[in-house]
Amino acid sequence: MNNLIKGEKYDWEMVIGLEIHAQVKSNSKLFSSSSTKFGSSPNSQVSLVDAAMPGMLPVINKYCVEQAVKTGVGLNAKINNYSVFDRKNYFYADLPQGYQISQYKYPIVGEGKVTIDFKDGTSKDIRIVRLHLEQDAGKSLHDQNPSKTYVDLNRSGVALMEIVSEPDIRTPDEAGMYISKIRSILMYLDTCDGNMQEGSLRADVNISVRKPGDEYGTRCEIKNLNSIKFIKQAINYEAKRQIEILESGGSIEQNTMLFNTSTGKTRPMRNKEEAHDYRYFPDPDLLPLEISKEEIGKIKLSIPELPDELKNKFIETYKLSNYDASVLTAEKQTSDYFNETINSDPELKNHAKIVVNWITSELFSLLNKNNQDLNNSPVSPENLGQLIKLISTNEISGKIAKDVLEDMFSSGKTARQIVDEKGLQQVTDQGEIAKVIDEVIAENPKMVEQYLAGKDKLLGFFVGQAMKLSKGKANPKMLNDILKQKLNKKN
Amino acid sequence: MSKSSLKQTLKDLDTKKISIRELNQDYLKRIKEKDNLNVFIHFSEENVLKQLDNLEKDNSAKKLKGIPIAIKDLFCTKSMPTTAASKILENFNPTYESFVTQKLLDEGSIFVGKTNLDEFAMGSATNTSFFGNTINPLSKENEPLAPGGSSGGSAAAVAADLCLGATGTDTGGSIRQPASFCGVVGIKPTYGLCSRWGIAAFASSLDQAGIFSHNVEDASILLQSIAGFDQRDSTSAKVDIPNYFENLDDDLNGKTVGIPKEYSIDGTPMEISKIWEDAIKVLEKKGVKIKNISLPHTKYALPTYYIIAPAEASSNLARYDGVKYGFRSDEINSLDEMYENTRAQGFGREVKRRILIGTYVLSAGYYDAYYLKAQKVRKLIADDFNKAFKECDFIVTPTAPSAAFPLNEKQNDPIKMYLNDVFTVPASLAGLPGISIPFGKDKNNLPLGIQILGKHFDEQQVFNAAVSLERSYE
Repeated sequence: MNNLIKGEKYDWEMVIGLEIHAQVKSNSKLFSSSSTKFGSSPNSQVSLVDAAMPGMLPVINKYCVEQAVKTGVGLNAKINNYSVFDRKNYFYADLPQGYQISQYKYPIVGEGKVTIDFKDGTSKDIRIVRLHLEQDAGKSLHDQNPSKTYVDLNRSGVALMEIVSEPDIRTPDEAGMYISKIRSILMYLDTCDGNMQEGSLRADVNISVRKPGDEYGTRCEIKNLNSIKFIKQAINYEAKRQIEILESGGSIEQNTMLFNTSTGKTRPMRNKEEAHDYRYFPDPDLLPLEISKEEIGKIKLSIPELPDELKNKFIETYKLSNYDASVLTAEKQTSDYFNETINSDPELKNHAKIVVNWITSELFSLLNKNNQDLNNSPVSPENLGQLIKLISTNEISGKIAKDVLEDMFSSGKTARQIVDEKGLQQVTDQGEIAKVIDEVIAENPKMVEQYLAGKDKLLGFFVGQAMKLSKGKANPKMLNDILKQKLNKKN
Repeated sequence: MSKSSLKQTLKDLDTKKISIRELNQDYLKRIKEKDNLNVFIHFSEENVLKQLDNLEKDNSAKKLKGIPIAIKDLFCTKSMPTTAASKILENFNPTYESFVTQKLLDEGSIFVGKTNLDEFAMGSATNTSFFGNTINPLSKENEPLAPGGSSGGSAAAVAADLCLGATGTDTGGSIRQPASFCGVVGIKPTYGLCSRWGIAAFASSLDQAGIFSHNVEDASILLQSIAGFDQRDSTSAKVDIPNYFENLDDDLNGKTVGIPKEYSIDGTPMEISKIWEDAIKVLEKKGVKIKNISLPHTKYALPTYYIIAPAEASSNLARYDGVKYGFRSDEINSLDEMYENTRAQGFGREVKRRILIGTYVLSAGYYDAYYLKAQKVRKLIADDFNKAFKECDFIVTPTAPSAAFPLNEKQNDPIKMYLNDVFTVPASLAGLPGISIPFGKDKNNLPLGIQILGKHFDEQQVFNAAVSLERSYE
């Protein structure tokens, strides 16, 4: 696999590491009992603790800890029995305490890995350095008043998991696949809602470039990207920027960058000299977090089947390709839908590949077109199963089935109903098909002559005409066979 | 000294010898008379009368019903403003009641006012308050003395008999040292015995609420009232709180007292050494075994304390930024300017000094040499005590290296001021309970204090030893 990008002078390799911030799915905040509901009116979900009133103290939300442990298990990572909350000190208007409670030296989760799957069937492991728990900050609103900044503390104190990868990523696509995979795992685990638009999942990207085989170059960090599209754009832009500097003899300054989503460009936010000294130290208001092996064991038992396990199961049980299986398992709702469809009729188990295709191409494209989600698909898994069964038993052709699916999608009727009402059953009566073919042959004597003179390509023409005459209902294989027979007899 | 006592007053109230109203009017009168001491940051007669009215309507029996209590102005209170003696919290009115003060309210006590302290409890003389010095009630005319600090207002309130008890907080000696200076009893319990919830933080790993009172019995009654587990404070301890008063036992026969040799330091006035020896003699007479012990890391306690406490303070005080509540400077052209001017104008010199020290010791490049090392030494100091307590039941030392000093002394010499904490800081670092009781006088007839330290959560032993010494002294 060639991951190099061409500069003016040299070929370059990108070296990318991601810090993903995933909001923990929890009804209340990491250290207070305030609600975490998204989109509530400003400052309506702020406790005395969240507002850092004098004398207020944080108390750990055990559920958030369980969620982090669960996530660690899902990332094949080491769970640390002992971890410590530290204070990360800096001033900002939306940081009421003047420090963020985070984990620095002793994170709750240590080294792990996730696997990403490529279309060509290969896969790659991305190593994870750590996962730690921390508080989110509030929000500064600069656009409400020309001379003032307003602060909304609803988000202040919400639990985040920061998942840090090793710099194992080499292309923007890999970065996209990696974050998709993390998102998928978190959603299977139900530890994060995965909603990137609402900011439940966002990433800081560390990127440097080097000539193949060289040491790592100086990196820049692009902050707070909240879509896979922006992540790829930002990486591409930033890599190009760095390459241009290096090829013109310059050197990279270690900067923290912001990505402008409308221009598609990155710009420096602060450089190394301006970098904060966060003065981390253990938060004296909180005891070290100790989790027993028993507790971890109990949490492990509650973990559902994860995408990779499910993927392997699908490959084994249904003989699917690695890629098909990974597409099916990327989102829990897809694998659930597939499971329900294929289990709706025992016959379907022998046609798994057809089931995959009908879900991931036909149904997905209809859902996309109509801006709908698989979760509220108008076509239920049972109904799709019924449709596929009609295809696999030759009752209708694949071509007609597409029309039937569209009808099912808009009318909500079952495949059976539609096929019966419209009389779409495939014609499998030899005599009836022969009759149609005879008619086509009789109507096109010139074409028959040309065909017999060696213009084999015309076979398609005859098939088309005959199919049209049968209103698409003729069994294609039978039609083909009989047509060939009849034409060859003329010879 | 007044002969007031909470124990006696509770009896008098019970036998209707005196009414709650009479009692409090007596105290109100005295508070107004002693206005010149500047004991209170907040005092409102109207507020006290309102509490009285409400209590008189309340028919339920309550342990401290009608007892006038003074509250250090570091405890957040709903009915009175809370300033931490800082301009930055001037006019701050909490919407919540601290755990400790809520317990006192639940017991039916009356809050006479919020007492003065060193700004954010940083000081040893109650002279860093934005609201001016408090004067030690034992001062002679024209020779004002410091009441000690940081809980100098509370200590003075008890000494001047402006209340029957007061709350304080002790981070490195802020209850014990002013108790010693003002000739009253002051107990700092084990770290974790009283919830810190609702107390403006100075140094979270050291701050602990406690009690000032006229005598040991009263302290034992009041401490029981403010102690207890609180799930809102993760460092609060889940321990049973005994009835210290009922269990008081002045018979120390067969007990062992530890006398740490490291507490004999050069330059300690003779009078201090003498009361220490006197106390040991008294104990010996009572059948207590005297055990010379060693706490070898004692000499590192002060520097350790003055790294850890400012480090935590520098972070704890970051929330006072002018954004959400409290003082905000008028001179603002940018966010940074708001921080700079608000904090420059809102904090006093000593607070700023400690924020600077704390910021420095936590900085990249210095953290290991200062903060991390201090944490390690802290552990060694705690280990010293753990070892010592295998050989003794309690430890006796002087409380402070001097009697109350003149108000303006040491004002400009922070190191001298910090040395006041030399005997109290080690127990704070180890989280141990300690009490200071008046025991003897210096040549100027000023009270001196003896400190009794106990094992973790063994406040009962501390009280027993204290009451025994107190009774023998009287």
